[in-house]
Amino acid sequence: MDIKNKVIEIIADQAMIEPSDVTMESTLEEIGIDSLGLVESIFAIEEAFDIQVPFNANEPEKSEFDISSVAAIVRGIEKLVAEQHA
Amino acid sequence: MKRVVITGAGTINALGHSVSETLEAMREGRCGIGALEFRDVERLSISIGGQVKGFEAEAQFNRQQMALYDRFTQFTLFAAREAITQSGLEFIGELAAKAGVVLGTAGGGVSTWDDNYRAVYEEGKNRVHPFVVPKLMNNAAASHVSMEYNLKGPSFTVSTACASSNHAMAQAFQMVRSGMTPAMVTGGSESMLCFGGVKAWEGLRVMSKDACRPFSANRNGMVQGEGAGIFVFEEMEHAKKRGAEILAEVIGFAMSSDAADIVMPSKQGAARAISGAIADARINPEEVGYINAHGTGTAANDKTECSAVADALGPHADRVMISSTKSMHGHLIGGTGAVELLACIMALRDGIVAPTIGYEEPDPECALDVVPNEAREASVEVALSNAFAFGGLNAVMALRKV
Repeated sequence: MDIKNKVIEIIADQAMIEPSDVTMESTLEEIGIDSLGLVESIFAIEEAFDIQVPFNANEPEKSEFDISSVAAIVRGIEKLVAEQHA
Repeated sequence: MKRVVITGAGTINALGHSVSETLEAMREGRCGIGALEFRDVERLSISIGGQVKGFEAEAQFNRQQMALYDRFTQFTLFAAREAITQSGLEFIGELAAKAGVVLGTAGGGVSTWDDNYRAVYEEGKNRVHPFVVPKLMNNAAASHVSMEYNLKGPSFTVSTACASSNHAMAQAFQMVRSGMTPAMVTGGSESMLCFGGVKAWEGLRVMSKDACRPFSANRNGMVQGEGAGIFVFEEMEHAKKRGAEILAEVIGFAMSSDAADIVMPSKQGAARAISGAIADARINPEEVGYINAHGTGTAANDKTECSAVADALGPHADRVMISSTKSMHGHLIGGTGAVELLACIMALRDGIVAPTIGYEEPDPECALDVVPNEAREASVEVALSNAFAFGGLNAVMALRKV
């Protein structure tokens, strides 16, 4: 499974919706993921890809990790996987 | 001062998943203690306990709730539903703003600590689930009850080892009696039956390998249990006005500290708490018909407790019935006083005194009427519930028949 599909699967699972209902343009807020759900999603992503995500729940907007949309998260994960598994 | 009554009760423990199942087991003198079932149990020298069996948490709670609820929280919410449903109270408006929840637990989310230590130490993982802290904290159960039932008044958790529930219920009682709030949810829970939880207790060498036999000369230690007991304490006029069923009246309590030893109980400390509860309830010792003993089944507790009861009640100690239901459900540690309060309610409301089962040989140092092995029919007007914790912290509740 590629990174994009796996990330969508994790986000959908967290929001308790079908993966097909998650679009790349969606924001987490639109999908219905709150701050606790976001932290849990980051954990699931770290577990799934065996990576460290530089995410600070105190100031999510200021983290170096962009969570502004599903597309941004997927791009970020692809980059981290490439860097940390190089 | 307001009068305080109990209008709801709920429980889950080794004897049953409801108050009616639990009281039926106590009437029949049934033992809920059996072989422990969990990972690595074969590495323990103690392999029995009063474990809750047949509880499918996944059927009760959704996945997100499961991520946040340790087993002690699951037990609490399960028992709280029974208690609050029975009370018929709906927490809205001013009642919601004033009513809170005070619970007892000694260990909180012990299996959450255990599982995650295992993950990082044994399995070498470097990452744990983000909800480990909110799941294991001692106040998690109280907080989830407050959220589930909209309880916005004073809410917190009391942790005084084996007296936690009695101390918690004493707080709730005081708040209703003083007129601070018309109702409180209270009680306690514990879930330490996992590898690390039992291993820690094993270290003390006070655990029995075969049975909990309180007051019996051949007793050889305590047996751990798990579960929760939750109650609704309500101001009497508030309860009467809405036609609520009243299970019993809470008439007094007392707390004391031995200030002596971290594990050995003190007769004086226990006796002061018993006498204090009698004085607080403004009754004579002769009115006490039944005492639910702390009765752990250890050599030290049982003889000290009997001696304390003799001191506090004087000659009446020879007439009072005193039983330890830990012989059936095990020692629920921080939740024990809450489950044991049910035996007091049964004595007062149903006129049935729960037995001390596993009683085999009289002990001259425990020469009281311990209601051996079989429940007894008796009219009881006033009951006491004892709890004497490690650390020398004692709390005794007094209840009256309604």
